[in-house]
Amino acid sequence: MTVQDPSPQDLPAAAPHRTLPRYSATFDPHTISEIQRAAATGIYDIRGGGAKRKLPHFDDLLFLGASISRYPLEGYREKCGTNVVLGTRFAKTPIELKIPVTIAGMSFGALSGPAKEALGRGASASGTSTTTGDGGMTAEEREHSRTLVYQYLPSRYGMNPEDLRKADAIEVVVGQGAKPGGGGMLLGQKISPRVAKMRDLPEGIDQRSACRHPDWTGPDDLEIKIEELRELTDWEKPIYVKVGASRPYYDTALAVKSGADVVVLDGMQGGTAATQDVFIENVGLPILAAIRPAVQALQDLGMHRKVQLIVSGGIRTGADVAKALALGADAVAIGTAALIALGDNDPRLEDEYRKLGTTAGAYDDWHEGRDPAGITTQDPVLAARLDPVKAGRRLANYLAVLTLECQTIARACGKSHVHNLEPEDLVALTVEAAAMAGIPLAGTNWIPGKF
Amino acid sequence: MPTVDLAEVKLRDLNGALHKLPRDTNETHWVITNPGGKHAIACGVNLPLTIEVEGHVGYYCGGMNSDATIIIEGNAGVGVAENMMSGEVRVKGDASQAAGATGRGGLLVIEGNASARCGISMKGIDIVVKGSIGSMSAFMAQSGNLVVLGNAGEALGDSIYEARLFVRGSVASLGADCIEKTMGAEDRAALEAVLEKAELTEVSADDFKLYGSARRLYHFHVDNVDAY
Repeated sequence: MTVQDPSPQDLPAAAPHRTLPRYSATFDPHTISEIQRAAATGIYDIRGGGAKRKLPHFDDLLFLGASISRYPLEGYREKCGTNVVLGTRFAKTPIELKIPVTIAGMSFGALSGPAKEALGRGASASGTSTTTGDGGMTAEEREHSRTLVYQYLPSRYGMNPEDLRKADAIEVVVGQGAKPGGGGMLLGQKISPRVAKMRDLPEGIDQRSACRHPDWTGPDDLEIKIEELRELTDWEKPIYVKVGASRPYYDTALAVKSGADVVVLDGMQGGTAATQDVFIENVGLPILAAIRPAVQALQDLGMHRKVQLIVSGGIRTGADVAKALALGADAVAIGTAALIALGDNDPRLEDEYRKLGTTAGAYDDWHEGRDPAGITTQDPVLAARLDPVKAGRRLANYLAVLTLECQTIARACGKSHVHNLEPEDLVALTVEAAAMAGIPLAGTNWIPGKF
Repeated sequence: MPTVDLAEVKLRDLNGALHKLPRDTNETHWVITNPGGKHAIACGVNLPLTIEVEGHVGYYCGGMNSDATIIIEGNAGVGVAENMMSGEVRVKGDASQAAGATGRGGLLVIEGNASARCGISMKGIDIVVKGSIGSMSAFMAQSGNLVVLGNAGEALGDSIYEARLFVRGSVASLGADCIEKTMGAEDRAALEAVLEKAELTEVSADDFKLYGSARRLYHFHVDNVDAY
């Protein structure tokens, strides 16, 4: 974080011969406020959103557009395919999506009913999937989601075999990028009667979501659990395994060994409804550093493109999408960006954000249930503010932009399908990014750690 | 009465046949022989069938059961009747870890002993264990009744929510926020109803102690930090 020292005009007139106040880079204003808050409350900060610290990201990569040695395709004229098929390994009914961008799992409970409906509407209009979350499947999201992935989570809140059968795919969640190894926390103020009923818990209490599945203890058990889910659904549906990025090579390899059709890899920039700030900012890997080891695991097992890889965690633009695909992913998932597209942190609500002690663009107290945008709340008055039809349209527009941006980059690299993007289309701006992504530093042939 | 020999028939064919049965089927009583410790036997059944399994089963037998009565004439592996919705699963022998995990309804009876984490994260199921249960049982149990005629291992009911735990024997230790409670008329009625469903009418509710949540950890307070 860049620390801006107080400007002289913001301060009382300084006494002669005294220096201007200067903030410490270590004990910056945010750090000081956190210490003061901790001392007053005795509990760590819980918040939503994803990591806010500056992390190595896709911005540190550049594409090499075609010139002589590569031949570009004509923008707006020549076709560039975007479809992706997920679950080709074992499932009788793989999923085909029109675009390589999916909506990540976000729970009813964390999100309002209209927000879940809007996600379903936007995703369906774009020919892609949306995903349930820690709280079970709601009727409205099933109704409005053409392709719905059902998350099978450690908490098993709302889990029942009928919803497994209604889903188009099942995602066994082992970890989440914002908190690999951690469970969730939905504070009592968001536990409405409906949320409480879905989760078999009393209204108004703080709900802890387990960090590990209660009826298995490791990869060997995961394999048996996946077998059970397949048996229950007659081997029809793709089984995803979602891991938070921390040991991507081994976790991917073990997910494949356990029988996953699809591996979902979530980097530490990934969002969350509510967890400890210390976790969000200090645990896990940036997605940039996690993709290549995961792809390497798939390649070492001869399963790259046979077991599909979805990556997530801070995807914002079509360039991010294209870079993730070029590094070897089959698709990406978006969460926080989808909420922003629906209307989260909208500057038109600035006055209301100010009343909550924050500002549009920085609002992250999603766990408090007071979201003026009506998205991360269970307050019926606030939730009613979100028009799911209009919000769904906004999401569909955003998904179209991501896809168009990805396509235009792919064409410039001479690709007739976005999946033809490859690491050779990329260079890195920094030594760190070159090492993490396993691609050369710009202007050199040097891949740190390889040559 | 269909008899399926799992030494000859693939598990997939058995489960597929059970799932394809029409609701008005006459084939309501099935016998499964030579289970051989296979996993996921009769999981996801959603009809009021009676299924007798003649032998030992692996993981997740009767998983996510709805309506069926499944009788296991042997021991059960991890997660027997996990996330059961309704119906009954009865284990004549012992059960391994996580018996009845996350179960939402129905009755699980274990005539022998159950291992660690019995009833973990249970959400409405009734579990009766004639023998004893292992450590960390009913961890984060949300609702339902766990009835143990024998003893309970360490950390019973750790971080429990609204489930009721009835233990006739000793309890090695209680987990965080789990306390012994006075058994009121409603609790006693619930216990007697479960015992009756489990066909244990000769067992007196007077012999049990009730354990449940102290509800101190339902909201975080720094003064309770030692409990975490």
